Amino acid sequence: MGRFEFYGPGLTAVEPSDLKGKLVVVEGADGVGRSTHIGLLREWLESNGHAVLDTGMTRSALAGKGLKAAKEGHTLGGITMSLFYATDFADRLENEMIPALRAGFVVLTDRYIYSLIARATIRGANPQWVKGVYEFALKPDIVIYLRAPIDELVTRVVQTSGFNYWESGMDLRLGEDMFDSFIAYQGKLLTVFDSMASECGFNVVDASENIQTVSERIKALLEPLLVQPCPCRPT
Amino acid sequence: MKVYGKHRVPGRLFVVEGIDGSGKSTQLALLHQWLASEGYGTCFSEWNSSALVRDVTRRGKRKRMLTPMTFSLIHATDFADRTEQHIIPPLKAGALVLADRYVYTAFARDVARGVNPGWVRNLYRFAVKPTIAFYFRISVDEAMKRIIGGRDAITYYEAGMDRQLSGDIEESFRLFQGAVIDQYDRMVDEFGLVVIDASRSIEEQQVQMREMVTRALTGARKNRIRRWVDLNSTAQASRP
Repeated sequence: MGRFEFYGPGLTAVEPSDLKGKLVVVEGADGVGRSTHIGLLREWLESNGHAVLDTGMTRSALAGKGLKAAKEGHTLGGITMSLFYATDFADRLENEMIPALRAGFVVLTDRYIYSLIARATIRGANPQWVKGVYEFALKPDIVIYLRAPIDELVTRVVQTSGFNYWESGMDLRLGEDMFDSFIAYQGKLLTVFDSMASECGFNVVDASENIQTVSERIKALLEPLLVQPCPCRPT
Repeated sequence: MKVYGKHRVPGRLFVVEGIDGSGKSTQLALLHQWLASEGYGTCFSEWNSSALVRDVTRRGKRKRMLTPMTFSLIHATDFADRTEQHIIPPLKAGALVLADRYVYTAFARDVARGVNPGWVRNLYRFAVKPTIAFYFRISVDEAMKRIIGGRDAITYYEAGMDRQLSGDIEESFRLFQGAVIDQYDRMVDEFGLVVIDASRSIEEQQVQMREMVTRALTGARKNRIRRWVDLNSTAQASRP
C-alpha cells in the first residue's frame, strides 16, 4: 500500500502502510457550513456501506475541556493557544483517527492542521515553527475547502450563532467591535487559506450555492476515492 | 514571535537542569534567597506549573492517557504559557528569572521516549535562551539513593513506565533516567550547559553557582521595592 505518509518525522509507533481507510478533511471559514456538509456526507457514506468516524477541534478526551476552559479566561497567549490546539489534535490523531484508519474507516475531519497553521500565523507565530510543529500529521487523501466571500459569512453567522469572541479574532484587536473585527480577521484567514489552497492542492468548492448543489459537488470529488464495498450493489 | 537566541531583554534568566534527585531545586532555592537579599527583583518559574494547563497534564498522567507525542505537546503548552505570562514580561522589566527545569528537560525526556530530536527542538523555538543553564550531573544510582530515602515515591512517567522497559518501577527508573542522562550529556556542548558536579557538597556547588551568576549580573538592575522600612531609614539618614 504505502498510500499514507507523514509531513515530517512522524509518529514512530505508526506504520503508515497499515492504514487502510481514507482521511477526508473539510476546511473553511466559520459559518461556511462545514458541519452541515459533514453531516450530509456522513449520511451518504454510511448509506453506501462505508464506516465513518467524524472528528473536529477541541473534541479530544485529553485536552478538549481544558482548551475550552482556557479560552474562557483572558490570559491565553497566542503560542500557548497554538500548542494547546496541537495537543488536542495529536490526541485525536493518535487515539481516534489513526485507529479508525487502521480499521478501514472513512475519517471525516472538521478542520485539520491548515486551520491551526493559519490561525497561529495570523497571531504572529513564525510560519516555519508552526509548520514544523505539525510535521507529525498525516497527509490526508483529500482536502475539501469550502469557500464563501466574507459578506456571505457575515449573513450566516448573524443568522445562526452570532459573533463569537475567538471567531472574530477579538484577541487581535483588529476593530472597534465584533463585526469590524470579524471582517478583518476572517479576511486575513481567507488570504492565508487561498495561498495554502494552491500550495497544498485543496479542492476548492464554492459554498455560496445552495446546500444541495454544494453537497453534490463534494460527493463528486469523493467518489473516485471510495472503493465500492459491495459489487452487487443495485444501480 | 521571537525565536531562541533572538530575544533582547534587560533581565537575566538562570535555569537549573538535571534528573530528579540531582539537588537542582535546593541549589536554585539557595540562589534565589541570595539574589533577593542582594536587592534584585526576582521571579521564580517551575516546570509544569501553568494554571491554564496543569489540570490537563495531571489528568492525562493520572489516567495514563499520554503518548510520547501528547506528553511532549502538553508540556510544551505549559511551558508556552509560562513563557508568555511569567518569563518574558519580567525579563523585559529587567528582573532576574529563575527556572526550575527548562526546555532541556523536554529535549532529554522526550527524546529518551523516542520523539524525534529535531522536531522537539523546533517545538520549543519560542523559548528565551537562558543567560546560564546549570546542569547538575549525577549518576542514576546516587539519584535513586536520594529519592528513595526521602520525600515522594517514584512516579509512573518519571520512571518511564510508559515505555515498558521493565515491569519493576525501580529498574524502569534506572533504565529510563539513564537514557535521560545520556541526552543531557549530549546537550552540554550543543547548548553550552554549565556542568555542576552534583556529588560535591551543597556549599561547594552553591559557591560555584554564585561565582558564575555574579559575573553575569554586571549591569543588571536592582529593582527592589522600597518598603516603609527603607523610607524610614532614608528619612533618618537625611536628618541633620
